[in-house]
Amino acid sequence: MPLVVVVDTNVWVSAFLTPRGHPAQLKLPLQPVTLLTTLTSDLCIKCNICTSACPVAAVTDLFPGPKAVGPQAQRFRHPDLPSADHSVDYCSGCGVCSLVCPHGVQIAEMNAIARSRLVERYGLPLRNRLLGRSELLGKLGSPFAPLSNIPLKLPPLRKLIEAFLGIDARARFPAFSRQTFRRWFQRHKAGAPLIGFRKVVFFHGCATNYYEPRVGQAAIAVLERNQIKVSIAEQNCCGLPMQSNGDFASARAYARSNIRKLAPWVREGYVIVGTSTSCTLALKHEYHSILGLTGEEADLLADNTYDIFEFLEMLDEAGQLDTRFVRRSETVVYHAPCQQRSHAIGRPAADFMRRVGFTVVESQTDCCGVAGTYGLKKEKYDIAAAVGRPLFEQIAEVNPNRVVCDSETCRWWIESHTGKKSVHPIEVLAEAYKGRKQ
Amino acid sequence: MKLSTELLILGGGATGLGAAWDAALRGFKTVVLEKGDLAHGTSGRYHGLLHSGGRYVVRDPQSARECAAENAALRRIIPSAIEDTGGYFLSTPADPADYADQFLAACHTCAVPVTEITTAQALQREPLLNPRLGRVFQVRDAACDSFDALHLLAHGLRAAGGEVFLRHRVTEILKSGDRVVGVAGENLATGEPFTFHADLVLNCSGAWAGHIAALAGCEVKVTAGKGVMIAMNSRLVNTVVNRLKPPADGDILVPVGTVSVIGTTDTAVPSPDQYAIEDWEVDLLMGEGEQLIPGFSRHRALRAWAGVRPLYDPGGKDTRHMSRAHALLDHEERDGVSGMLSMVGGKFTTFRHMAQLLVDAACAKLKTDRPCVTARTLIEPPGTPLHALPKRLEALESGKWQTASDATTDTGQPPTASHQQPAATICECELVTRSQIETNLRQSGSPILNDLRRDLRLGMGPCQAGFCAYRAAGIIHETLGHSHRNSNSQLLQFLQERWKGERPVMWGHSLRSLELDLHIYRSILGLDTLPTEREIEVYPTERTS
Repeated sequence: MPLVVVVDTNVWVSAFLTPRGHPAQLKLPLQPVTLLTTLTSDLCIKCNICTSACPVAAVTDLFPGPKAVGPQAQRFRHPDLPSADHSVDYCSGCGVCSLVCPHGVQIAEMNAIARSRLVERYGLPLRNRLLGRSELLGKLGSPFAPLSNIPLKLPPLRKLIEAFLGIDARARFPAFSRQTFRRWFQRHKAGAPLIGFRKVVFFHGCATNYYEPRVGQAAIAVLERNQIKVSIAEQNCCGLPMQSNGDFASARAYARSNIRKLAPWVREGYVIVGTSTSCTLALKHEYHSILGLTGEEADLLADNTYDIFEFLEMLDEAGQLDTRFVRRSETVVYHAPCQQRSHAIGRPAADFMRRVGFTVVESQTDCCGVAGTYGLKKEKYDIAAAVGRPLFEQIAEVNPNRVVCDSETCRWWIESHTGKKSVHPIEVLAEAYKGRKQ
Repeated sequence: MKLSTELLILGGGATGLGAAWDAALRGFKTVVLEKGDLAHGTSGRYHGLLHSGGRYVVRDPQSARECAAENAALRRIIPSAIEDTGGYFLSTPADPADYADQFLAACHTCAVPVTEITTAQALQREPLLNPRLGRVFQVRDAACDSFDALHLLAHGLRAAGGEVFLRHRVTEILKSGDRVVGVAGENLATGEPFTFHADLVLNCSGAWAGHIAALAGCEVKVTAGKGVMIAMNSRLVNTVVNRLKPPADGDILVPVGTVSVIGTTDTAVPSPDQYAIEDWEVDLLMGEGEQLIPGFSRHRALRAWAGVRPLYDPGGKDTRHMSRAHALLDHEERDGVSGMLSMVGGKFTTFRHMAQLLVDAACAKLKTDRPCVTARTLIEPPGTPLHALPKRLEALESGKWQTASDATTDTGQPPTASHQQPAATICECELVTRSQIETNLRQSGSPILNDLRRDLRLGMGPCQAGFCAYRAAGIIHETLGHSHRNSNSQLLQFLQERWKGERPVMWGHSLRSLELDLHIYRSILGLDTLPTEREIEVYPTERTS
């Protein structure tokens, strides 16, 4: 089997051989940090602000809402006893609830932890096991592109996959790139001698590496234009897809690996910068509050990870940003994805696009619906589509040439529902640097 | 109303219901009179600990032995009201180090099962505990929901042919010469007088036993030992945690249901009906909590309440050193008044044993020999037992509590075959549904809002009835067809009770929550202006002690 050769055996084994439907044999002790996350249920005064903001509860009765499955249900969960509150699985994990809660209840985080307990007990369906393994899928699919892109475009096969796996036949998957971003970077030479002092490790994530190397290329171009030395460290999937599917054991394994691989760079004076607001949020916040990983190295990584626009804004404030943009006028709809919002850094990408001369119409919708892999699931596709509908309608109304969004899964989802090309804001900025010498 | 029975038991707490159940099983015609609701008194106000006996081994070996035996017995007969949390006795840096060996030796002497574990094991299970623990001993403590337990006893009693009359207050003991022949009083629900004749009256009225005995012309001195407890909003521990030191204020933390209860203080109060919770008591408990769990006082406190221990006082000591043991009083021997026995003192854990002694004595008085069978009679719960923590969530999730009215209330749409509609949750904190309330109203005689609390836990969660009281009041009003004034009065009284319990811990998150509740009831619903049956003060801001 030539396919297996490219796969890490342990990953393969854990991904496919754990029996489904049986209580998992391995019981992880509840980490004290995650215990503190769940104890934020104490802060709830039942005001319902989260429930009125929840995009999922607004469109389906299958999800009783963040207050009900979050702080309310949390008081009835016991570390040793199984809990049968399966409705928590209808939480998309978008995090809007945690963001709007005026009292500091970490609702989405609590729900992620509750889902992991369900997975510990009842096992992970093969479908979720597959969807969570973005790195594995990339490793498998990328070398065989464009051939590997054909199967997922065949309607009869998609019907079969829907019937047997529960991945909705309407869900569109991105195309694998034959050349990965990492391979491109190995051959890439920085254009001009770098005289700056800032050193960056670029966290590309799975999407940039296997599907959209252009996003990484744009990021490198922008960073190098600003005299920044960019390195690509050894890194893994951030683990978020597994975490949001409730497989904390695998997510923690990836998280620990990233902490181990990246912390030494931070000690050397590098900062970690990424274009995927989901990956960077995982490194910054979720390793700690959801996966319960603590320690000097984890904290070091969390404190020195930045979204690329957050980082560029810092450069700008320090007067170190090259602001000689080629001005362009274009109207775009900019959708700040949920994970970007959870960074709590404002909307620096929108600000930069405006400086380039763009007319930026900001999305009035909190979540596009897909929430990573949530919307790809058969039983959730329609819910996710209903969540995103106001956004799709807004896009249709504005009718821009392009939609701009920081998160890959959101871009793909928006593209498939609106037919509009969706790009990362760093691509827009890279364009604005083109055609001008330093 | 004139009625008669063989055994008439005064008091619907653990002792009274235990004795009634025991007597009914022995074939006596048995009736219980209770002036309030089940568990209205001390039984409904206790911390929820089913003692392993460890607390008493050093100072009161007799109580320790009884607790150990009764702990095992109650696990057999009312398992659905008990959560097997296990318990730790652990020494914090503030506790005397030499107590540990004394404790261990005394446990062995008193046959209280005990195992020493490492601090690492204790911290693994209870990560919030003070990491600077000394020695840790594991014992067979458990959590017992006294509301569930008393409902089970009442259920067992009825199944054995006995009866419970709630809201029947005794105002007179009827005597023929020096012999007690019955009681007279008032049905508080209807205002009607009643008389009850009985072969024998058993006084099980706990902290009120002295009052009842006085009606028969006997002097029984029962000291009311007030114990203050604070319920924390979450289960900070899942194991009962005891301080490894001689019994003292604030030495125990009990996970019971959704909360954890820190207790208790111990001060004598002049009357079991009037007492206040003092600031120093709250401060003391929060401070002791800090010893067990660093940061304890920054976690959310839900409410504070007090119960009064009925301590039989043959004279002398302060309440902490007064025996927790029970005393069976034969008034014929003691006061020359026949036809009445009193059981005073004691503790929740040993109620079955006390009941057995009392009914044995009753048998002797009635010159009949009927053996006690309670130690080996299991009481099957009438419905789904909900005491284990995830059970309510499971039931809600599975749609077990759903009725047609539930299914259509939220969305106006009938449930489809493929998707269950969510049940209408009335009390969101304790997950009480509309159908549970309706069933309860159908089954119980003349319930008031506060009975729903004791029966279903309505209004006992974090928002302390902020979101459920007006909903439940509406359902009661609709279902029972009370007058508006009556329903309003119930709503007001219920809220007063909730707010009273919140006042001593009104800071931080609780205060924030209470402010929201006050806006709901006063600003939106105009609680102050509702027409009621009589003047009810809304939310007094001055302490009334």
